[in-house]
Amino acid sequence: MLSHELSANQIKEKIIKREITAQEIVEELFEWINLKEPLIKAYLCLDKEGALLKAKEVDKKLDNGEKVGLLAGVPVALKDNICTVGIKTTCASKILENFIPPYDAFVVKRIKEEDAIIIGKANLDEFAMGSSNENSAFHITRNPWNTDCIPGGSGGGPAAAVTADMAFMALGSDTGGSVRQPSAFCGNVGCKPTYGRVSRYGLVAFASSLDQIGSVTKDVYDAALLLQVVSGHDGFDSTSATVGVPDYLSDINNVDGNLRIGVPKEFFGEGLNSEVGSAVMNALEIYKRNGAELVDLSLPHCGYAVATYYIIATAEASSNLARYDGVRYGHRSQLSEDNIIDMYSRVRAEGFGSEVKRRILFGNYVLSAGFYEAYYLKASKVRNLIKNDFEDAFKKVDCIISPTCPTPAFRIGEKITDPLQMYLSDIYTIPANLVGIPGISIPCGFTNTGLPIGMQILGKHFDEGKILKVAKLFENETDFHLKKPNLIEPEPKKGIDI
Amino acid sequence: MDISVKEIEHIANLSRITLTVDEKKTFAKQLTNILDYIEKLNELDTDEVQPMAYATSLKNVFREDKLKSSFSRQEILELSPSSTNGFFKVPKVIE
Repeated sequence: MLSHELSANQIKEKIIKREITAQEIVEELFEWINLKEPLIKAYLCLDKEGALLKAKEVDKKLDNGEKVGLLAGVPVALKDNICTVGIKTTCASKILENFIPPYDAFVVKRIKEEDAIIIGKANLDEFAMGSSNENSAFHITRNPWNTDCIPGGSGGGPAAAVTADMAFMALGSDTGGSVRQPSAFCGNVGCKPTYGRVSRYGLVAFASSLDQIGSVTKDVYDAALLLQVVSGHDGFDSTSATVGVPDYLSDINNVDGNLRIGVPKEFFGEGLNSEVGSAVMNALEIYKRNGAELVDLSLPHCGYAVATYYIIATAEASSNLARYDGVRYGHRSQLSEDNIIDMYSRVRAEGFGSEVKRRILFGNYVLSAGFYEAYYLKASKVRNLIKNDFEDAFKKVDCIISPTCPTPAFRIGEKITDPLQMYLSDIYTIPANLVGIPGISIPCGFTNTGLPIGMQILGKHFDEGKILKVAKLFENETDFHLKKPNLIEPEPKKGIDI
Repeated sequence: MDISVKEIEHIANLSRITLTVDEKKTFAKQLTNILDYIEKLNELDTDEVQPMAYATSLKNVFREDKLKSSFSRQEILELSPSSTNGFFKVPKVIE
């Protein structure tokens, strides 16, 4: 097995044991990236120089016998809406095309302190708005399992980079499924922690009551490792939780007591692709064989989650994105304006892509005079009903298992002209954001055409430890997470097309 | 309910985004579709339900009223696409 194919924890162990240097890893990884990135296009920016510098620092610490961090020498990718001092943070938007943040996000500071190596910034749908990566202002990332398919969104870049072994792990953001959905489509492990578990300081805001930073990793242990590093209270994020961070790693293989798994009928109904449905049912059988009790559940208001989400998320986005005015940072129109309102309007017309414009317009519509009660207030109330559904469910079960997405990865271009169809691909991931609970997507099978299928495990607030254990139990019994895509360019067609 | 081109023009102005004629037509159609979809929320009786704004129980988070170091004026102005003499430069605001 080549070094870049190992998991983050495996590579860290090798570095600590001095079987390989951090510098060698970075060199080898960049050789691989140079070969495969033209096919996948997962990154918006790579920082080999910075990566080598940090690698040398880690190697030197080890030479001197100094203590190294939990992520010593591990090359990490960051979704490009996470601020990095001195490295461009574009949100895949023209409006921030040349923005270089003067500060690091909390999570970036934390992984640096633990000796991780940042290798680059990965692609996303502009401002994390989208489910396919097709809304990036710069280029479309491709699914490593089938390059005609989307990698998912909005964090298609981080997911594709990890799947293609072009990063050992990655951090993304999940507002309605942007970590879990691409992880399902690309066949890796995507974890969205509880709202408030991980500081959002330095994550470019999209919908502040829903946004949460999450991890994309090759296996469940790596997810626990990265969560261990980035969790905890931060005074710079006023929604950051003060709840203590447990040890996620030491007994990850021990699911305590009799596991009760909730199976919500609303997540297995109309619209669910049959191959996805049977893969998840097979997974549930594996849990049953391992002593878990399956409990049929109903979450009656989940059918309203997408509608609720698109009111709340767009309303919050219209407000959060008001800051892009071309004055303090970002794009400024070259056309001269003699009126400041015209200047703002021109800057935003030139700088935002259509999905972002659509959401700002819709958000301002639902908040505008005369409509607030009918839409925003109504949605806030339905949000509470959805939360109550989950509270009732968790009185009966330890976790809830469902498919992560109703279908496997779809083809590039398939849904881009129909925004509503695109939104509906997040139907199973959105409720966790509305309620604020943690969720993890793990690979649980493949379709006949070789596309990965993801299974979602949802837990109670701050019960990340439990869902990681439940995920690990399945991973210990299966080998889906070890499968690798064949990253070979399709053969050019021979002969004459008739 | 239909969103008209005129309403799109109104919210585009509120949103400070200049739209082309084609964009106005496309957005009017797409936003009408999305609005039709979210109308399904009206199937639910929510008269007795409290609204929920946040998935956290935190309230009134304060920090100590202590002076802390921050960015220098220079660092921040360097990010601006247009600045002069230590200020951000914009078109005339007041006639």
